[in-house]
Amino acid sequence: MLKCEVVVVGAGPAGIACGYVLAEAGVDVVILERGQYPGAKNMFGGIFYADQMSILIPEFYTEAPVERFVAKKHYALLINDSEISLNIDSEECKKPPYNHSYVVKRSVFDKWFAKKAEERGATIICGTTATDFVWGGNKIIGVTAGTCDDPDNTLLADVVVCAEGANSILSEKAGLRNRLSMRARCVSVKEVIELGKDVIDDRFGLADREGAAYEYFADATPGMLGDGFIYTNMDSINVGVGVVISELYGHRNPPSPNQLLERFKNHPCIRPLVKGGKTLEYSAHMIPMDGYKNLPRFYTDGLMLVGDAAGFVNNSICHEGVNMAMASGIMAAETILENRAERRYDASALRQYERRLKNSFVLQNMKSSRDFIDILRTHKELLNDYPHLMKNVITSYFKVSDVPKSTVKRDIVRMVRSRVNFVKAAKTIMALMKGGI
Amino acid sequence: MIEEKRLSLDDKLFTVRRKPLAESHIALDKYLCRECLNRICTYICPAEVYVWEESKNEIDVRYENCLECGACRVACEAIEWANPVWGTGIAYKNS
Repeated sequence: MLKCEVVVVGAGPAGIACGYVLAEAGVDVVILERGQYPGAKNMFGGIFYADQMSILIPEFYTEAPVERFVAKKHYALLINDSEISLNIDSEECKKPPYNHSYVVKRSVFDKWFAKKAEERGATIICGTTATDFVWGGNKIIGVTAGTCDDPDNTLLADVVVCAEGANSILSEKAGLRNRLSMRARCVSVKEVIELGKDVIDDRFGLADREGAAYEYFADATPGMLGDGFIYTNMDSINVGVGVVISELYGHRNPPSPNQLLERFKNHPCIRPLVKGGKTLEYSAHMIPMDGYKNLPRFYTDGLMLVGDAAGFVNNSICHEGVNMAMASGIMAAETILENRAERRYDASALRQYERRLKNSFVLQNMKSSRDFIDILRTHKELLNDYPHLMKNVITSYFKVSDVPKSTVKRDIVRMVRSRVNFVKAAKTIMALMKGGI
Repeated sequence: MIEEKRLSLDDKLFTVRRKPLAESHIALDKYLCRECLNRICTYICPAEVYVWEESKNEIDVRYENCLECGACRVACEAIEWANPVWGTGIAYKNS
């Protein structure tokens, strides 16, 4: 039976950040990773929000394997076969630190970050799945690896940090949350398509290491709460869609995630951007959608949850997640360091972790977007009726014809009046401003 | 112009590097599945691991195609899904 000071389950941004800070302080920390290497099982859309990384490793982007920085943002509504979009091409994003937004491949980047933690003294054991906890009374005192109860596969520790990711089974076993509900997770699929640097630069209007982040709403996932995206790597693009699982349940003719992705890729406004090229990899992952009101408990005797396992993803339009994961990992490490002298890691000592989260942007951002998903779910008109109406308004106004514009305007006003309840719309927008974004 | 051939799901799954699993990491109650009115597993899975076999009157679980997202586990309480052990399963290199 092996023993160490801290066990971290999962070598993703949260787990590695936690291990990095602990190792730097001289703690005997072991990170267990179930993949063959850090990043083997990790997948996300593509944007690494790196403000926390810059705190740990200043100017990390000069040496880390980043594909491109996000120079251009594109927010679009797909409406039937059309698109209405907002393009943001700002000079601030083209200078270091590039608004802390980088497109990375997790299988490459996480491996690099793990190596950095190893250099600081963390031990990373790959190919080892933590399947359950070891309990000493009511306190978690370690984890078991693999399927058997062989004591050789047991790793004891003073405290365990669970950085297991969106599909966290251990947090359920610890009793910190109920079994995940369909509303609390989005299922996401993506394809990495190789196009070559020149083609990507031409199609997206980029140069050098500039990258683009395109986000699509409304008919990207028709009638369902979800979105589509295209992010540019150096030589390939990430094309994907995500949809909240409960949206497919009870759908009259439910498409599979792969069918949704195919539909998205073949949309007339998407196809020119993604056509040709070779699919390098297809992947799938879940995204936490817990929201502030349904977050799990973050700690119990001998255990803390960090990153996706704790549901730390900002589900509003900004999609931040990695930075919150890293921040929570760092705060868990700081909590451990604070209690290290007494080696006391019971729930009352770990309450410090929640206090840190509450005082940081992590829980504050979760709180300020607490109602976003609920508002979109209960006001389907925001992603269906209103975008369609907006498109009708714009196309009728700009339609070239001999009908006088005054008549067109009158018709538009009539159309909008007949389809929008202004009091209700104003209330929804107020609610979004207050608790949605 | 020739219409580009669409990649089938099988072709896509073929792009994912894997270390084969020794045994299935997914268990379900086939009697419950028979009674199930929704069978969300047959459409929620990005790899379409779950296929209803009318002739056998049960769900065929193609666990070796699993992408380990866990969506099935969230969608259906009758599915017992565990992480593959000892480094088996998917190993992304471009995602």
